[in-house]
Amino acid sequence: MTGAGIWRWLAPLLLGVLVLALWEWAVRALDVPVFVLPAPSAVARALVADYPLLLGSLWLTLKITLQAFVLALITGVGLAVLFAQSRTLSAALYPYAVILQVTPVVAIAPLVIIWVGYERVDLALLILAWIVAFFPILSNATLGLTAVDPNLRDLFRLNGAGRWQTLWRLQMPSALPYILAGAKVSGGLALIGAVVAEFVAGSGTASGLAWRIVESGNRLNIPRLFAALLLLSLLGILIFAALSWLQRRLLARWHESEIGRGA
Amino acid sequence: MLRIAGLDLVWPDGRKALDGVDLTVGAGEFLSIVGPSGCGKSTLLRIVAGLIPPSAGGLDWSDAPTSGGIGFVFQEPTLMPWAKVLDNVRLPLDLARVPRKEGGVRAMQQLERVGLADFSAAYPRELSGGMRMRVALARALVTRPRLLLLDEPFAALDEITRFKLNDDILALWREAGVTALFVTHSVFEAVYLSTRVAVMSARPGRIVADIAIDLQHHRQQSMRTEPAFGALCRRVSDARSAGMAGGMAGGEVAA
Repeated sequence: MTGAGIWRWLAPLLLGVLVLALWEWAVRALDVPVFVLPAPSAVARALVADYPLLLGSLWLTLKITLQAFVLALITGVGLAVLFAQSRTLSAALYPYAVILQVTPVVAIAPLVIIWVGYERVDLALLILAWIVAFFPILSNATLGLTAVDPNLRDLFRLNGAGRWQTLWRLQMPSALPYILAGAKVSGGLALIGAVVAEFVAGSGTASGLAWRIVESGNRLNIPRLFAALLLLSLLGILIFAALSWLQRRLLARWHESEIGRGA
Repeated sequence: MLRIAGLDLVWPDGRKALDGVDLTVGAGEFLSIVGPSGCGKSTLLRIVAGLIPPSAGGLDWSDAPTSGGIGFVFQEPTLMPWAKVLDNVRLPLDLARVPRKEGGVRAMQQLERVGLADFSAAYPRELSGGMRMRVALARALVTRPRLLLLDEPFAALDEITRFKLNDDILALWREAGVTALFVTHSVFEAVYLSTRVAVMSARPGRIVADIAIDLQHHRQQSMRTEPAFGALCRRVSDARSAGMAGGMAGGEVAA
């Protein structure tokens, strides 16, 4: 375990350092102009110099991503619970949820901005990111709530369980692994949704990381563009890691997917 | 306690699962139903439990098990994997809104009875198959039911565990003073456990024999090799073979 375990961390780290060094060397040796490809050192300098600006943008993007994610979680699970109660309701609503999902968010962005108004771009960003993040949670939660052990369902019926008892004590715990798997996808999508929405709808009043990328590109400030890109990646990794941790934490003792991982 | 009379069950696709089942269950009995797989014996148990409505005929409860309800043990342990052993056993009490504390005490007592008190805080996956089945038994008995329904509960266990659980279930049955209706495809298991064995024919299921098991009340593993035990197994086995052949038109194997 120890040798292989260390190597699992060390191998990608070494590769990263190697690639960065090669990049730095190539940019210097070939004299690549900074507006085409800045050296890693230039990106690091931009990161330090533009620190307050970028941090503000990071905070805005993070805020919209988290809000959209939480909203997606609540509405996704809530709607799935409704679907699980009534087949008719599920049949009537599900196609529209799918339509909402398959329509490219970029295409509806201008409409959403007009509806909520240019003075509330933050809200527009939130709605757009929510639309993107919402579906995986809805579809996974719907699947999880209905994929209950039929014998356990009979046991609940036999003991006179009510609708709410069945929901809270049986369906929700059964659905938890599905919901968490959906949340893991949805967390990443919320970030993507926020970024895409910013590309389309961002402005001087709502300047998240994606807006900084657009702005830096227009001004040919490529080191800053790379710095913003780096922060976006880190944010994505952070969200994924946090949700993976939560998944392990909640399922470690009972669910097959987490057994034997030694968490 | 219960009279089943002229019970038919036809599935929505037209297949007939049960064909005029007549059976009387007396209070305090350990009645086994033996039959080939697919004969509808599990279906019969589910009808008795009220999980499936019969197509015709019915159940006549002279002494309806209302207070503690019906305990049901499935083929699989059917435990909630996310809940600890104690919470699994307490579930029927929780659903009946018995106060949490009282429920905990009663569940713990039942766990002690099946010898698993030390595992109350474990999760089901940390237990062996036999232990899980004992948890399922504890859960079925925690409401102090009048009637205990068992649907081939030991079919998936190895023979040693199975023999051990046979003795356990007999001890629990005696102690709880419960009426047991036990479905199995094993003739030996049925004879070993029961005060009476009903034999079902192949689908559509009918009761083709009703055999009293007049062995001494306290069963021991050593009895499995005695001649009386063997003779009874032979009778049940013959009745089952006759039922499988399906040529039992109107004929009853005398008890």
